[in-house]
Amino acid sequence: MTLVRTTFGRRAFIKRVGLASGGLMIGFSWLAACKDATPEEVVMMPDEWFEMNGFLKIGDNGMVTIMSPNPEIGQNVKTSMPMIVAEELDTDWDNVIVEQAPLNTELYTRQLAGGSQSIRQGWEGLRMAGATARHMLKEAAANLWQVPVAEITTAAGILTHQASGNTAHYGEMASAAAMLEVPEEVEMKDSKDFSIIGTSRKNVDGKKIVTGKPLFGLDTYKEGMLVAMIVHPPAFGMRFKSMDADSVKNMPGIKDVFTIDTYTDGTRKSFADIATFNKKVAIVGETTWQVMQAKKALAVTWEDSPDDSFEIDMFGRIMKTEYPSGKESSQSHALKMAEIGSKKGNVVRKDGNVDKAFKKAAKVLERSYSCPFLAHNTMEPMNFYANVTSDHAELIGPVQTPEFMEQSVAARLGLTLEQVDIHMTRMGGGFGRRLYGHFLTEAAVISQTMQKPIKLVYTREDDMTFGNYRPSYYVTYKAGLDENNQLIAFQVRAGGIPESPLFANRFPAGAVENYQAEEFTIKSNVSVGAWRAPRSNFIAGAEQSFLDELAELAEKDPIDFRLELFDKAIKKPVGENNDYEAERYAGVLKLVREKSGWGRTREGVHRGVAAYYCHNSYVAQVLDIVKKNGVPKIENVCSAVDCGIVVNPDAAANMVEGGVVDGIGHAMYSSVTFNDGEPQQRNFDSYRLIRHGEAPRKQEVHFVKNDIDPTGLGEPPLPPVMGALANALYKANGKRYYHQPFMSNKPLLG
Amino acid sequence: MATYELKINGNTHSVDVDPSTPILWVLRDHLQLVGTKFGCGISQCGACTIHVEGSATRSCQIPVSSIGNKKITTIEGLSKNGDHPVQQAWLEHDVPQCGYCQAGQIMTAAALLDSNPNPTDEDIEATMSGNICRCGTYTRIKAAIKTAAKSGSLS
Ligand code: FES
Ligand code: FES
Repeated sequence: MTLVRTTFGRRAFIKRVGLASGGLMIGFSWLAACKDATPEEVVMMPDEWFEMNGFLKIGDNGMVTIMSPNPEIGQNVKTSMPMIVAEELDTDWDNVIVEQAPLNTELYTRQLAGGSQSIRQGWEGLRMAGATARHMLKEAAANLWQVPVAEITTAAGILTHQASGNTAHYGEMASAAAMLEVPEEVEMKDSKDFSIIGTSRKNVDGKKIVTGKPLFGLDTYKEGMLVAMIVHPPAFGMRFKSMDADSVKNMPGIKDVFTIDTYTDGTRKSFADIATFNKKVAIVGETTWQVMQAKKALAVTWEDSPDDSFEIDMFGRIMKTEYPSGKESSQSHALKMAEIGSKKGNVVRKDGNVDKAFKKAAKVLERSYSCPFLAHNTMEPMNFYANVTSDHAELIGPVQTPEFMEQSVAARLGLTLEQVDIHMTRMGGGFGRRLYGHFLTEAAVISQTMQKPIKLVYTREDDMTFGNYRPSYYVTYKAGLDENNQLIAFQVRAGGIPESPLFANRFPAGAVENYQAEEFTIKSNVSVGAWRAPRSNFIAGAEQSFLDELAELAEKDPIDFRLELFDKAIKKPVGENNDYEAERYAGVLKLVREKSGWGRTREGVHRGVAAYYCHNSYVAQVLDIVKKNGVPKIENVCSAVDCGIVVNPDAAANMVEGGVVDGIGHAMYSSVTFNDGEPQQRNFDSYRLIRHGEAPRKQEVHFVKNDIDPTGLGEPPLPPVMGALANALYKANGKRYYHQPFMSNKPLLG
Repeated sequence: MATYELKINGNTHSVDVDPSTPILWVLRDHLQLVGTKFGCGISQCGACTIHVEGSATRSCQIPVSSIGNKKITTIEGLSKNGDHPVQQAWLEHDVPQCGYCQAGQIMTAAALLDSNPNPTDEDIEATMSGNICRCGTYTRIKAAIKTAAKSGSLS
């Protein structure tokens, strides 16, 4: 056991004895997520709940409600975060009900889904919440039984005093415990004593998902609610000029047509606000289909927009992004990147002297890689419910950044933070798209204008052509080997539109004597945003393909080649600030080597390997391709992952498998291209996402077992698989793949 | 506007809507049967899959006027207690991530097993390729379909 100081503010402990509302649960029952109870298993609701702290309340019958503070986007935090609380509370998981917490900045910190950080950053606080409540329950029992607290033990929601033979379930002590002072220090369990963490628990929303219960923002329905849609400019570099609203106002069910500004001048914006298409048209009507018809019929005139800029407050630092005028095309994007990428960039890191080393090198390899813009394409399109009155805004829907959006929407509506309530629904995917809550603001502004509750719904086309894309990137690697095939020089020059994907301090920085990292950027008016594993989602695949080709040039096995470099980084690291732990990096490579049976050749199986570190976790993958009638098919992907302690192993494996499929799909098939500023892909007929038959037939996931506090998993499995895929395809087809998507029209995987 | 009597999940529902309204929006907006999802509106993603007389159908493509007396089953009506073998297999494999596409996946899988109780990998891939999952749960979906097929309780 470890003693830790509790750091809760008093506010986190609003004590309640006998809620005025009797046995009612707090919150919205349709948002509440009773745990996956099979029909036979009727959950007995207690008569009374006692709130121990902002994270949990205990019922008089021993049931426990645990609030899941963070937004759920499919990363399964709604199950895994409560598991952590339940572990330290030492209760029986079968007696736990999970509820999605609303946005409450006084009770919770960092209610955000992004950067694979929910578990990592929530870890301490969640454990403390459980441990504190357990301590208070023990204290209440000690008081009643007149015995020392230290002699009381807990297990599965039962308090026991061995010597006196007293026992009680948590519910019996909850009322007294809730009255106690919060302890200054509490004990937390040793990881070897964990009985919930590290065991696989089913998704608490599983049953609701498979039976089609309303869970998602788009499922929100309220009496009297209208449906709203937006019309935004068809191309980047264009803006609203005029429209003939009267032509559609009389269509069936249509209530109003008007323009809205997402932001007005002078509003402070955070990173969760984006610049795209500030003025847009709003159409409001009775039903979705009616509004869709009006949207098709509405004639809007657009005009070219002038040079523009957008300022955001990036955690105290004001950042200004410029959006030049003009209508861009993918062809000119590609030419620009290749041209600028061929010149020396801005040097970000320099160890030794690469130029001298290249002159000495016996062999030099130089290769360029690129990738297109990508849309997020969450399966649930953007949407939000808003009911804004003169002194209150009720907002319900899917957003990854409720805390930031509360501030910007309050400012935009002219309300105080207290007047704004944001409720989080389960999200039909996030991948970074819902970090940018403009749709929440749009819904609020439309509701405020209409003085009515509305649900804003984006069509797939609205969603896909709205921007906020994964940037388009370009990188050139150059490496030099000496006569003993030792890597003596490594240069990376990375850039993109509008940002560079460079991580100057990541591997192989630290493992090469002469190393140089350069970057460049190209301005654009196509808006971009974080997309699952930002920057890593390209640079990992490029780097890992390059290392594969380099290993081949060095006549070494690709895993051995990397391990030699890690060995150098462990024994004699070059430079400072190397952003990885070489042992753990090498650890996942060794694990994947063992588990995949690397080195054993099988007739007709073509293997590629890759490893990458991002978002605090390490992942290595071996991808196997077999050819069927000449067409490559991914037979198996074996992943080895080091993300510290794994809270919910089966769900974690699911997350890895998903990242693998997602990474393969986007490297292989997906892109957004532009012509005259206009996105050429508007829906899934022209935007290719990976489909069932193209996914790996099998997957294996192995976790490194250690005691390190957990790190993220939503993003890290995706980046390296792009490299493993390229390397396996090379083995299968005898051809290297440098430019994503590897296959844009012809089917390559069958 | 016109009135239609729809046979959905064993009940008859009367709706007064424009004849061109797709069944998807009748279900979602008029009957609050929101388990059937909107993903693309152009028959490309499968999120809106329902059964019409037992066959998997994209409800975003079926105008209400064309349905007549045909029996519709939605995810809400696939089983009484959420215990259809496909639903059970989905829970056993803990398939969903975000979950948004899963109603459509389940409806397609249930119709597949109905007509082909022992599908091969190729059969599964061919039939399921119309259902997109951005979260990438395909590997588990395949395993769950095989489990459901094995369970033998498919009628
Ligand atoms: S919504 Fe019908 S297939 Fe996508
Ligand atoms: S589970 Fe998220 S789209 Fe399939």
